Amino acid sequence: MEELRQKYLTEVAGAADESALETVRLAAIGKKGEVSLKMRELGRMTPEERQVAGPALNALKDEITSAIAARKQALGDAALEERLRGEWLDVTLPGRSRGAAMGTIHPVSQVWEEVTAIFADMGFAVAEGPQIETDFYNFDALNIPSHHPARGEMDTFYMHRAEGDNRPPHVLRTHTSPVQIRTMQEQGAPIRIIAPGRVYRADYDQTHTPMFHQVEGLALDKSISMANLKWVLEEFFTAYFGTTVKTRFRASHFPFTEPSAEVDIQCSWEDGQVRVGEGDGWLEVLGSGMVHPSVLKAGGIDPDQWQGFAFGMGIDRIAMLKYGIPDLRAFFDSDLRWLRHYGFSPLAVPTLHGGV
Amino acid sequence: MKFTLSWLKEHLETTATVDEIAETLTDLGLEVEGVEDPAARLAQFTLAKVRSAEQHPDADRLRVCVVETDEGDKQIVCGAPNARAGITVVLAKPGDYVPGIDVTLSVGNIRGVESHGMMASERELELSDEHDGIIELPSGEVGQRFIDWLAEHDPAKVDPVIEIAITPNRQDALGVHGIARDLAARGLGRLIEKPVEPVAGAFPCPVSVTIDDDTLDGCPHFTGRVIRCVKNGPSPQWLQQRLKAIGLRPISALVDITNFFTYDQNRPLHVFDADKVKGGLRVHRAQGGETLMALDDKEYSFQPGMMAISDDTGAESIAGIMGGAPSGASDETVNVFLESAWWDPVTIAHTGRALKINSDARYRFERGVDPAFTLPGLEAATRMVLDLCGGEASEVVVAGAAPDHARSYPLDTDRVQSLVGMEIAPEVQRASLTALGFVVEGDQVQVPSWRPDVRGSADLVEEVARIASLTRLKGQPMARANAGVPKPILTPMQKREQVVRRTIAALGYNECVTYSFVDGATAALFDGGGDAMRLENPISADLSHMRPALLPGLLQAARRNQARGIADMALFEVGPAFHGGEPGEQHLLATGLLIGRTGPKDVHGDARAVDIYDVKADAEAALSAMGAPAKVQILRGANDWWHPGRHGKICLGPKKVLGIFGEVHPRILNAVGVKGPAMAFTLWPAEIPMPRNTGAARAPLILSDLQPVDRDFAFVVDAEVEALTLTNAAAGADKALISDVRVFDQFVGGSLGEGRKSLAITVRLQPKDATLTDKEIEAVSAKIIEKVAKATGGTLRG
Repeated sequence: MEELRQKYLTEVAGAADESALETVRLAAIGKKGEVSLKMRELGRMTPEERQVAGPALNALKDEITSAIAARKQALGDAALEERLRGEWLDVTLPGRSRGAAMGTIHPVSQVWEEVTAIFADMGFAVAEGPQIETDFYNFDALNIPSHHPARGEMDTFYMHRAEGDNRPPHVLRTHTSPVQIRTMQEQGAPIRIIAPGRVYRADYDQTHTPMFHQVEGLALDKSISMANLKWVLEEFFTAYFGTTVKTRFRASHFPFTEPSAEVDIQCSWEDGQVRVGEGDGWLEVLGSGMVHPSVLKAGGIDPDQWQGFAFGMGIDRIAMLKYGIPDLRAFFDSDLRWLRHYGFSPLAVPTLHGGV
Repeated sequence: MKFTLSWLKEHLETTATVDEIAETLTDLGLEVEGVEDPAARLAQFTLAKVRSAEQHPDADRLRVCVVETDEGDKQIVCGAPNARAGITVVLAKPGDYVPGIDVTLSVGNIRGVESHGMMASERELELSDEHDGIIELPSGEVGQRFIDWLAEHDPAKVDPVIEIAITPNRQDALGVHGIARDLAARGLGRLIEKPVEPVAGAFPCPVSVTIDDDTLDGCPHFTGRVIRCVKNGPSPQWLQQRLKAIGLRPISALVDITNFFTYDQNRPLHVFDADKVKGGLRVHRAQGGETLMALDDKEYSFQPGMMAISDDTGAESIAGIMGGAPSGASDETVNVFLESAWWDPVTIAHTGRALKINSDARYRFERGVDPAFTLPGLEAATRMVLDLCGGEASEVVVAGAAPDHARSYPLDTDRVQSLVGMEIAPEVQRASLTALGFVVEGDQVQVPSWRPDVRGSADLVEEVARIASLTRLKGQPMARANAGVPKPILTPMQKREQVVRRTIAALGYNECVTYSFVDGATAALFDGGGDAMRLENPISADLSHMRPALLPGLLQAARRNQARGIADMALFEVGPAFHGGEPGEQHLLATGLLIGRTGPKDVHGDARAVDIYDVKADAEAALSAMGAPAKVQILRGANDWWHPGRHGKICLGPKKVLGIFGEVHPRILNAVGVKGPAMAFTLWPAEIPMPRNTGAARAPLILSDLQPVDRDFAFVVDAEVEALTLTNAAAGADKALISDVRVFDQFVGGSLGEGRKSLAITVRLQPKDATLTDKEIEAVSAKIIEKVAKATGGTLRG
């Protein structure tokens, strides 16, 4: 018995692969295996002999069975390891660049949404208007009659006028302010809107492009004052720049507001870089004021009943300030290197709760 | 508007510094654009005296000087021919910055001799172009600051020049006196009023003046007089320096006097050579066609209705804008006619713009000159002519009368609080207005003649707030229009615009913002470029027409990127295109452009050339994100800038085009200069129907527990048979059972023969009630084959 045990355990341990192991299994505990044959002989034994041999044979069978299973597991593990050894890859090769790597959102669009998110929280809706405008909406209704010097200073683009059409030529809107008038005419007071969009002036140099973006703000109600304007702007700039920003109002003049103010924001200059919200410098960023009674009248609103403020600022300009973009002209050049560098992830939708 | 500090001090008694004045001006709304203070860059230089000057041992032209300075005797090597013992010089020490040569000095060694500084020439200190020698001063003590010596002996050289921007309402600040009045009202000094003493006429004015009846609205008031036996010539130094400091060229005493009053009192004047005026002067409307050689030596032709001043021989002056050369005052002028008139701003503005003349006179008259100062201005100028040129003044000749400017508005002292939000005591408000020249009588306020811009009570509020300073304004919270969580504010279209923008970017495109205008030729390629969309005054020929589509701008952007060596790109823009020249004739487009390969060459071999199926997929994804229905038609026959065989219109019916995708026509690429091929799509977001159901709830989801069955078929069809026709036919075989039909392979030509292709589809059968039997599957399959055969003539591939 012990001889058998030694023999098969040695053979199991020595089996080099699964088929050799199977041969050993058949020879030992297969139907006609040596151990199986011995077990058949139990019937012919006396009860006394059987009582000794039976458990011993069963124990032997179990021992061989588990030895085979263990050997099988070991052979499998070795084979897998052998296979994996051949499956080495250079993990420093670049990852797969699928065509659908994300693109980018232009800074103008991003800032447009940031501005919208902030003003929406203060109850301002978004109004839009045509970019080719009539003389009336772009000028007259805004208290800029035809002889007003401001007309000459605006570098207006005029549309061609066909022979025989004696209307004043249409213009490319020089500011988003015509949207004020259209909104007043369409919905009356009270009003809270911003009007972002493209505007046009015939000017091209280091800091001017013939097209740029403005956002207009208009709030009309019974008792809105310039102090409310200051608060709204300070709230806006603080949310927009993500740091407390003070403003300074300076007396100025715009035909469509009275009183009028230029608004500066607090900033410092370091190595030619502007840092908003710190230091004791001031940077002019927008024009504003209390809507002129004549403008309210042009919009069909009674100036004795309603009053409010309006402001206008450059979207491109505040984008440059916030994101440190040096050159306005590059905004409209579509240089892919610029778009990728200054652009935003399409998933980075500005929200107030996440911070714009 | 430029002026010097000393000029301001003629009108304002003040101890304020230049910085204080500049800050206050900006705060008052007279925004300072620049202060040029020569003293600032000369502050470090001191006076010194040359004790001895010896020949340099090693250089013919150099002298070694011993110079007495406030720090003892110093050795300085100097090359100036006038460097000699005994002269008082201006010394720059080592460490000083010398502006004219842009150098910070250090101790030098010139040909073996040490030099401890330099003695400066006028050019080296940017005082003049003089560089023949070093500065020699007639007086001065060693160690005295050079700017102190200049302030005492030549103050003009250290007189700060202030430049301010003038908003259109502040015509009164176009004269130094008006600027001083604002500063005085703020409390920065005392306004110096100089009453004008009339000059008695010694003889009747030999030049008569008339204003035509139809011109009295444009020129209500004209005054003038002859001054005879004057001696014209260069004006005195103080006047020349004053004009030079603000960038005006001194011409002659008579002309300089008119320029002086233009800037001193905002009172433009004109001087005629009285001997060249034939007969009387007549102010009238031009018939049109009259010509005049003006003082800028250009010939101008009057248009009908413009105002002219003519004598018996014709036009002598473009009224209120520019005088004529033939009758202008010259050095030989002996008898002069001095004009002081008031011109209507609107007429001047229109004439000036039409003739494209930008003169100081036009600039002022079109903004509005004080109508009450016409005659005083004439008298003050007469006095100065007599003082500087001698002569004898005639009586004043007057046509018309000063226009009535008198008007008053009620002052509501609470209005500052309610409109601006500043608390200012009523007596302070009245004092501010009074200081600005308003006359306060009870609650009525009379507007001074020099403030034509003040047209209502709101203007009074503005003046009061301005003088008090808006820097005192404190923000006050503006209440929300509605309490609670803010309501959404975007319209469905505004949301759609944001969604399509971010979707296209997520698909790998980089957003561009290109100009709304393109050149006419490119616009014409895209059915634009007509006169209706042409700019009358484009900034350049490249930007002459409103864009009819976004593709031209994107293609030009692609060309620029290709020129920078970028071959693969995915660009897009969401923005307006224009279909006419009237307001509102614009529509929103979203356009994407793919050129090159899907990515750079890479080790995995995934990159490939882009094709129309890329843009098709992207267009469909973007449309889907905007809520377009999944079931659309793909039609051909779009505009001719698409490749005729490689484009599709994504439609809801033949007239309702949601988008177009395809390859851009090679002819277009060639015209724009883009290396192709280029794939593109354009979407019309507004064309997508708005969803009828605006609620948030979804339709219920119905799922089957039964296994779906996929069956593949390959059909041989003519090459021109479209896959959509085939899949639609297959799907129609059993609409209840077939949940999806998809093309998964295409094989063209080869063993199938010319003009034939094989399309392989997989059909998914989704049973609803019970598992399908083989028999049922066979029945559906047969029906599919039959339907496809009927629709396309295709047969099952053997």
